[in-house]
Amino acid sequence: MKELAAVLGALAAQFAILSLLAFGGANTVVPEIHRNAVDVHHWMSDRDFANLFAIAQAAPGPNALITTLVGFKAAGIAGALVATIAFCLPAGLLVFAVIGVWDRIQQSPWRAAVQAGLGPVTVGLVAASAFLLTRGADRGIGLAAITAATAAIAYFTRLNPLWALGAAAVLGALGLVH
Amino acid sequence: MSATASSTDPSPAPSLAQLYLGFAQISMSAFGGALPWARRVLVEDRAWLESDDFTDTLALCQFLPGPNIINLSIVVGSRFRGPVGALCGFLGLMGVPVILAIGLGALYGRYGQLEALRGIFAALGAAAAGLVITTAAKMAVPIVKRQPFVGIPVIVGGFIMAGLLRWPLPLVLVILAPASIILAWRLRR
Repeated sequence: MKELAAVLGALAAQFAILSLLAFGGANTVVPEIHRNAVDVHHWMSDRDFANLFAIAQAAPGPNALITTLVGFKAAGIAGALVATIAFCLPAGLLVFAVIGVWDRIQQSPWRAAVQAGLGPVTVGLVAASAFLLTRGADRGIGLAAITAATAAIAYFTRLNPLWALGAAAVLGALGLVH
Repeated sequence: MSATASSTDPSPAPSLAQLYLGFAQISMSAFGGALPWARRVLVEDRAWLESDDFTDTLALCQFLPGPNIINLSIVVGSRFRGPVGALCGFLGLMGVPVILAIGLGALYGRYGQLEALRGIFAALGAAAAGLVITTAAKMAVPIVKRQPFVGIPVIVGGFIMAGLLRWPLPLVLVILAPASIILAWRLRR
């Protein structure tokens, strides 16, 4: 019991700090989560971590689910909840406070300039992550074809892209794409 | 809602239940990343935000620490329905995925074998990357049309720094954000 409380405390402290360091989202602190979970606390093996990361990526929901899975592996359901809340709450409270101030200065001309300036930065970063994800995922011609087809369907048609994801999953399950 | 949308009077503000369901729809569709689905649901399906509102709000979330889409759920929820709305957006986004993740974690703990799933993961990852390409394109088009002299150089610059050179994000933001804001300020009409 005492040991569980100690693990939960470590999870809460670690993820609360990472919450406020995660500029750019959960994936930017994955190396630090890995270091803590595998090297510092020995909650899991290297291979465990890699597999949990794959699950967090593939499962429906935000990538921050890696925190849920690491917490679960370290301390069961209580660990999963503590890690998830600790990772979401500090940053969530911060963004909640900032948005209040931000919306109150809606008319100020410099807010308009900040917005006009930050928008393209954000698009550039999304484009960069599209590039990195594509390079990481497309290890063969079949996988590259899936990426291209999905992008085309989502851009040019009104079809729900879930159909493309479903078709990709079936092709993958049958071992047809490499 | 931000200034651009309030002038055109978009669809009425969503209720708490709609906020919960909207973000649940995002998370339940989001295999391999939530960003494309956040834009699709909020801008295209439910029309709660215009394209530029979405980009502006995401920019703010990206600039603050923490998981972006989770921050987005808090911002969108709180703009429409205050603190309770923020909570509904957050719970919609995270509730079911956390339960599912715990279930998957338990399965992994028991079986520990993912070889059979590896092909599915690889194909899903490839498709999810395609969705992010589309999202980037859809976000870029209105910005490039409206303010090409800020939009094009900054988007290309961000792509090169973060994508090709793989600089850490804080460095990219520290360099690119002030430059872009100054450029936007000087070219403002």
